[in-house]
Amino acid sequence: MIDAFPPAFIFLIVATLLPLIPGGSVRATIMLLVPVASFWLIWNAPTGMDAQFEFFGFTLTLMRVDKLSVIFGLIFSVAAFLSSLYAFKVHDRVQQSATLFYAGSAIGAVFAGDLISLFFFWEGTAIASVFLIWARGTEGAYHTGMRYLIVQIGSGVILIAGVGLLYQQTGSIAFDKMVLESLGTWLIFLAFGIKCAFPLLHNWLQDSYPAATVTGTVVLSAFTTKLAIYALARGFPGTEILIYIGAVMTIFPIFFAEIENDLRRVLAYSLNNQLGFMVVGIGIGTPMALNGTAAHAFAHILYKALLFMSVGAVLHRTGTSKASELGGLYKTMPLTMIFCVVGAASISAFPLFSGFVSKSLILDASATTGHWIVWLVLVFASAGVLSHSGIKIPFFTFFAHDSGKRPKEAPTHMLLAMGLTAFLCVAIGVYPAMLYSLLPFDVEYHPYTASHVISQLQLLFFALLAFGVLMRAGVYPPELRAINLDFDWTYRRLLPKIIGTVSAVASTIWAAIIGFAMRRINNIISGLYRTHGPEGPIAKVWPTGSMVLWIAMLLAATLLVSFIDLM
Amino acid sequence: MFSAPFTFAALSQHFPILQVVIPLIAAPLAVFIGVTSIAFLLAFAASITSLIISYSMLMQVIDGSVISYHIGGWAPPWGIEYRVDAANAFVLLILSAISTVVLPYAKTSIEREIRASAQTLFYTCYLLCFTGLLGMVITGDAFNVFVFLEISSLSTYVLVALGAERDKRALTAAFNYLIMGTIGATFFVIGLGLLYMMTGTLNMADLANRLPALSDNRTVQTALGFIVVGMGLKLAIYPLHLWLPNAYTYAPSAVTAFLAATATKAAIYVLLRFMFSVFAPDFTAATGALNLIILPFAVIAMFAASIIAVFQADLKKTLAYSSIAQIGYMLLGISYFSHTGITATMIHLFNHAVTKAALFMAVGAIVYQTGTSFIPKLAGLGKQMPWTSAAIVAGGLSLIGIPATAGFISKWVLISGALEKGWWWMAMLIVASSLIAVIYVWQVVETLYLKEPVGDVVVKEAPLSLLIPTWILVIASIYFGLDTELTLSSARAAADALLGTAPLAAGAGS
Repeated sequence: MIDAFPPAFIFLIVATLLPLIPGGSVRATIMLLVPVASFWLIWNAPTGMDAQFEFFGFTLTLMRVDKLSVIFGLIFSVAAFLSSLYAFKVHDRVQQSATLFYAGSAIGAVFAGDLISLFFFWEGTAIASVFLIWARGTEGAYHTGMRYLIVQIGSGVILIAGVGLLYQQTGSIAFDKMVLESLGTWLIFLAFGIKCAFPLLHNWLQDSYPAATVTGTVVLSAFTTKLAIYALARGFPGTEILIYIGAVMTIFPIFFAEIENDLRRVLAYSLNNQLGFMVVGIGIGTPMALNGTAAHAFAHILYKALLFMSVGAVLHRTGTSKASELGGLYKTMPLTMIFCVVGAASISAFPLFSGFVSKSLILDASATTGHWIVWLVLVFASAGVLSHSGIKIPFFTFFAHDSGKRPKEAPTHMLLAMGLTAFLCVAIGVYPAMLYSLLPFDVEYHPYTASHVISQLQLLFFALLAFGVLMRAGVYPPELRAINLDFDWTYRRLLPKIIGTVSAVASTIWAAIIGFAMRRINNIISGLYRTHGPEGPIAKVWPTGSMVLWIAMLLAATLLVSFIDLM
Repeated sequence: MFSAPFTFAALSQHFPILQVVIPLIAAPLAVFIGVTSIAFLLAFAASITSLIISYSMLMQVIDGSVISYHIGGWAPPWGIEYRVDAANAFVLLILSAISTVVLPYAKTSIEREIRASAQTLFYTCYLLCFTGLLGMVITGDAFNVFVFLEISSLSTYVLVALGAERDKRALTAAFNYLIMGTIGATFFVIGLGLLYMMTGTLNMADLANRLPALSDNRTVQTALGFIVVGMGLKLAIYPLHLWLPNAYTYAPSAVTAFLAATATKAAIYVLLRFMFSVFAPDFTAATGALNLIILPFAVIAMFAASIIAVFQADLKKTLAYSSIAQIGYMLLGISYFSHTGITATMIHLFNHAVTKAALFMAVGAIVYQTGTSFIPKLAGLGKQMPWTSAAIVAGGLSLIGIPATAGFISKWVLISGALEKGWWWMAMLIVASSLIAVIYVWQVVETLYLKEPVGDVVVKEAPLSLLIPTWILVIASIYFGLDTELTLSSARAAADALLGTAPLAAGAGS
């Protein structure tokens, strides 16, 4: 009996049939309807395990409906709708199908009640999403896509290996809370960690997201990593190590984001940093912290999509997303600018914007459970967020020095998508009760207390003040004006030189290691070719004599083995 | 026999013999008639009849029962017995199903690859080969296995040689195969001779009863060695595979598709039968050091053959080497000596037959249209032959073992068998070797879709008569990745039958 029809199937079925439909606008319209239907299905799905069927001796559950899966399912549907609207004028069949396939797999994974169906959808997101990168059509995008695919598929392979081990051990494939105590659970944890871009496992993210198409990046930013967050929240809530992993995640991307020139890559780093907050929430694992993770994921998908959309609109109009080549665009793209600022304010957690009502849950949870150092790290990271996303993105794109570019305002469908997203960001910030009612646990929480607002404003205003002082003191703007030709170089000077030196040394060492590894790998491949290639001894096929020799040897070995065994 | 009313029920009692006799009679008939189209119809009718018979027999024995058919009414062990249980009924189904799908394909395919005057002979040889394979699977008599093995082998040599129309190297390949195949068959019959010397019987069930008493006997152990090596040659166990790549590459496309899906599979079944039914499991366990032969070579095959496949420039040869690697997986399942292991072997037998036949047929369609299977020349065909290329991609995914394809099910069972034994390193080796499959499949996909065509020759999509059979198997390779009811329960029943969980000895003549 199926009471809850899996919404993923709608996505997958439509994605399969979509390429057959002529007319790009018709397809784009259908794409808008699918998430609406999915939203409706999820909203009305009865709580409990549903859509179960037998596969291969296992009971698979495609619809595990509870509050945790519902909130992720809903926001994924919303994100699919918004990004489809943003991409309304993209009529490429591959991208359209891949988007639906990708979103559908992500939603399917969220509702998967067992690890095997989770694995199926997990790989589905990997395979579908790579087409959004390849769709850019450049040589670089092709190689980036391959790297991305290898990492993602690798994550899936590790996942299924872990599932296999866990099943051998416990005899269960249920996707529930796990404890890190066996190789199986560690492998599953690692698979989730790769998708979640844990520190040192994160490179695929910054590598691939900026390489995708304008619309592709918006789609990519919503699903893969948040699916991993969901999986961690489902499988490993309250796992201590996650607190520290998350804390590191919030800090280290900041430095990279500060020195990065490509704004889409800046956003990719800041995405990584935001994930850190959610991971900390999962690590703490109290109801309030998990609520914070869910709420932050919800808010984050929206404002991050909004930021990617606005930078994407600029890229669409000007052909570049490099900070050094932009500036002064507010004159001709005022609406895009406003939406970008809304996104920036949300990610910086200004009161009355969505980031504020979600992030403070996690901060409070870390404070109330006595993780003071973590709390300090998070506060520092929040200031960092303001610096690289809250100020850097809008400032260098729309203000700063005038690049002389006078692009047209973004196309209507993009404006509409950004407007809707911006509206949701503000709505959540102003009226958080709506979001809170969706959260997995019933916890009374009021973000708008005097102390919250004041401390957050203090933090933000001091950060702004610092920015202002730097400008007044002539550290920021004069250099900026003077160095149009070599923006990268001066920009790096703003950072403590140490970081530059350290990263230079680190990258040299890294390059040396990579170079060494590449040489070794090339040696191995040419060695394999010498032995296994068409001319190699192992691949030779013609001599009958060698075959007969083999027969004799094998017979001798067989006899030897059976005789010796007797003695 | 004739006193019984001529009804289906009466007829169905003779299914075991009809299974073999119908294609056997159809073969010479095809020569006498001498008209290609009628020969085809005859072959196709024989094949469909075989399919129906094998399916209905499988349904009869899947619960663990055994059909024992005494030829000429002579009771075993004196007369020849045909003995059908879940294990060989499943293999019979694979053989006849593949044959039924391949034949319509063959009709179109050979029109371009074999000269008109030889086409009737093609059907004759094909039917003989088919008969031989069915016979060696269905029979319960050890010497009968040899007879049918030779029938199928001799006709296979001719079938491979027929590829000389397209590429003269087919003759060398066939000759090479002839020599090696003969050595293999000779070894096999030497093994049987030794067994007969010691036991005085050739009936498998009877042998199984007498051998345990002789488990310390060196002659019997030597017999086992000869049988394993002889059959190992026919099934292309790794270092004895040298005949296979060229035979598969230069044979006509339809022949390759048929042989790749059936010939080695039948040989694997015979090996299984001898290892587990004739030499009863505990006997084999006594000389269980066979593990030291089959297991390591299976693992070497998984890697070495896959790596060789990566470096091949001819797509047919890539697939041929991949077959050797896949045979490695099947042998690996055997070497587990467990129920799950045999289940893995049996299910991979089926899944790989379907997948590989689909792939070889798709490549055959490319050869049909372009005259070559040289990989660099296939650049850009993805646009020009979309359906054929898509078939290659789907088949390739199943070969790798991507979830939701048949190949995944095989690997899953194989890996769970390894984990059951606590061999997690083996599970890792299986996954690692699958990754090599990703490389060679990806090379083809890249050539088909991402490279620009070399010349501006316009290549048309293959005719429907090639595409439909190919896609039937492609869809099957996906379908059996999703619905595993038939395959998995049959494979489990087969494993039961082989391990004697459903006893073979019942009704034997001792």
